[in-house]
Amino acid sequence: MTRRVAILLASVLVLLVLAGASVCVGAHAVPPHAIWDAFTSYAGTDEHVIVRDIRGPRTVIALCVGAALGTAGTLIQTLTRNPLAEPGVLGVTAGAGFAVILGTVAGVAASQTAQLGLAVAGAAAAAVLVYGVGRAFPLRLVLAGVALTYVLTGLSLALRLVYPDALDRYRFWSVGALAGREQLPLALPLAAIAIGLIGAVLVTRPLGGMALGESVAHALGARVKHTRIAVLALFTVLSGAATAIAGPILFVGLMVPHLARRLAAGSIPWLMTYTIVFGPILLVASDIGSRILLPTGEVPVAIVTAFVGAPVLIWAVRKYGTVSL
Amino acid sequence: MNAAASTLVLRAGPFSAQIERRLLVSSLILTAATLVLAVAALCRGDTWDSPGEVLSGLFGYGDSVLVVQEWRLPRVAAALVFGAALGAAGAVFQNITRNALGSPDVIGLDAGAYTGVLIAITLFGGTAAGLAAGSLAGGLLAAAAVYALSLRQGLSGIRLVVIGIAANAMLTAVNSWIILRADLDVAIAAVGWNSGSLNGLDWNEVRLPFLVIGALGLLLAVLSRAMHQVALGDEVGASSGVHLGRFRLLVVVAGVGLTAAVTSAAGPIVFVALAAPQIGRRIAGAPGVPPLPAALTGALLLVAADLAAQTVLAPVQLPVGVVTTAIGGTYLIWLLLKEVRQP
Repeated sequence: MTRRVAILLASVLVLLVLAGASVCVGAHAVPPHAIWDAFTSYAGTDEHVIVRDIRGPRTVIALCVGAALGTAGTLIQTLTRNPLAEPGVLGVTAGAGFAVILGTVAGVAASQTAQLGLAVAGAAAAAVLVYGVGRAFPLRLVLAGVALTYVLTGLSLALRLVYPDALDRYRFWSVGALAGREQLPLALPLAAIAIGLIGAVLVTRPLGGMALGESVAHALGARVKHTRIAVLALFTVLSGAATAIAGPILFVGLMVPHLARRLAAGSIPWLMTYTIVFGPILLVASDIGSRILLPTGEVPVAIVTAFVGAPVLIWAVRKYGTVSL
Repeated sequence: MNAAASTLVLRAGPFSAQIERRLLVSSLILTAATLVLAVAALCRGDTWDSPGEVLSGLFGYGDSVLVVQEWRLPRVAAALVFGAALGAAGAVFQNITRNALGSPDVIGLDAGAYTGVLIAITLFGGTAAGLAAGSLAGGLLAAAAVYALSLRQGLSGIRLVVIGIAANAMLTAVNSWIILRADLDVAIAAVGWNSGSLNGLDWNEVRLPFLVIGALGLLLAVLSRAMHQVALGDEVGASSGVHLGRFRLLVVVAGVGLTAAVTSAAGPIVFVALAAPQIGRRIAGAPGVPPLPAALTGALLLVAADLAAQTVLAPVQLPVGVVTTAIGGTYLIWLLLKEVRQP
């Protein structure tokens, strides 16, 4: 127990340091003490504006999106006992992204509510389709998800070429990026992520029963059907809201649960706790990387997560193959 | 039907060749369909020309000689030759892995070849030979890495594919990073290829790839009999006189070379190599995955996809890779659905 608490405290400390670094690092470096000044004695200098209006919000977005993607991955991996499942690889984020683009072309995605609704609906539709094609075979699910991602990416690109004006603001978003999102009103999707995270914490205990197998859970008195519906709903809302904010980002939901599972040593509540801390660590660190990888400008954060996350997929395939967790 | 009726034997002096009647007929039909589409593609421009005008231009008469021979023909020829090369490469790899999904684009070979091209451009400037060498080296390295990573208690087809997908994702990330880092003029040149495109190809850019593809095509034709034997099983192949080690090496080099030659000129055009061999073998009704129908189907697919890329959303011109990606993804989903129905 003490080991797990120590790991948790250490990782929270890492997260705080990274969040501070995320506010300081960038095209215009900000000294750490300016963060404090910007909130206590705001003077309207360039540095204070950067902290309060640009990098601060961006860091908050990265924290929330990272937590949402990581938690979505943990929920679906634990529920389906599939070590390769995650919103990006399963094509769920691609579905959410395509729904938002389609809604924009149709002119129904003007408000935050509409965007969030479209993203969640798209995520749900993609999940149903991919599970319909892939059934319960982990590797086949990955193939179905990737195939769907290919189709939707092609269609999105075609739509962006045909309606360049309407979709101009999605140029960076459509490859998965946090840059430029801090200026937008994102209160609603952020609130959806917060609610989703609370729901995920509440569902851990019944989910822990399900992890033993559905018949065992049933025999123990768990309400299997209710739990499964709740977990799938949370998974869809978290993936959809994260995509509505940052576009399709792959592999975060794959890496985080694998790392957290090793440290949690079989406990589902600890797995969920670690996930909620590790997800933000990964995305904030990747976001910092996305700003320093180029001498000028920045790369979309999804490129960084793909580079870091793809080896984890290779490792997971080699380790687990086609077996279930 | 007896064997004599279903096969034809061609003899010319000391040489003879056997060919299945159905293979011959289906190959002729595929060739005819491809040629019709190719003429249609030659007619397409800002205005559609009549086939007669285009054909006379093709042979050097009439007003449209320049337009047809110098502007449109390179692109259509590239679609034909590159499609055939990708189809044949797909057949080679699907034969070697004995898996319908084991094609070069799925296992990350295209993305690796493209990484090689990008490195060749940014570090050594973009001579045609440098591009070809970079593309070949990148493709070989990627294929070797994916193959080595998937070996574990034998080669499982689907594991190879998923590891290939991961390698693809990583290499694509590297490619995007190189393009973003590059100088503006390099980036503009490279970004058109990013999803595979035949836009703006001229004779100078396709000459070397055409030569390489021609030579490797000849090599495959010479090897086709051995490929047929090995398709029956390694033991059967070895006992009927095929030197397995040398055969595999030659075939893999041919497959990688074909893919790399295409990628060095047109960028990673995915899914032709995945779909063409399977469609081709169904049309030809052949056992195994023969390279000839695969090559013809590949040419047909790529010409059709390029025509669609130019016309469907006109005046917007899509990169042909976007069209093949969308079609290929649908094909992959269909393939998975079919497998689910017959477990």
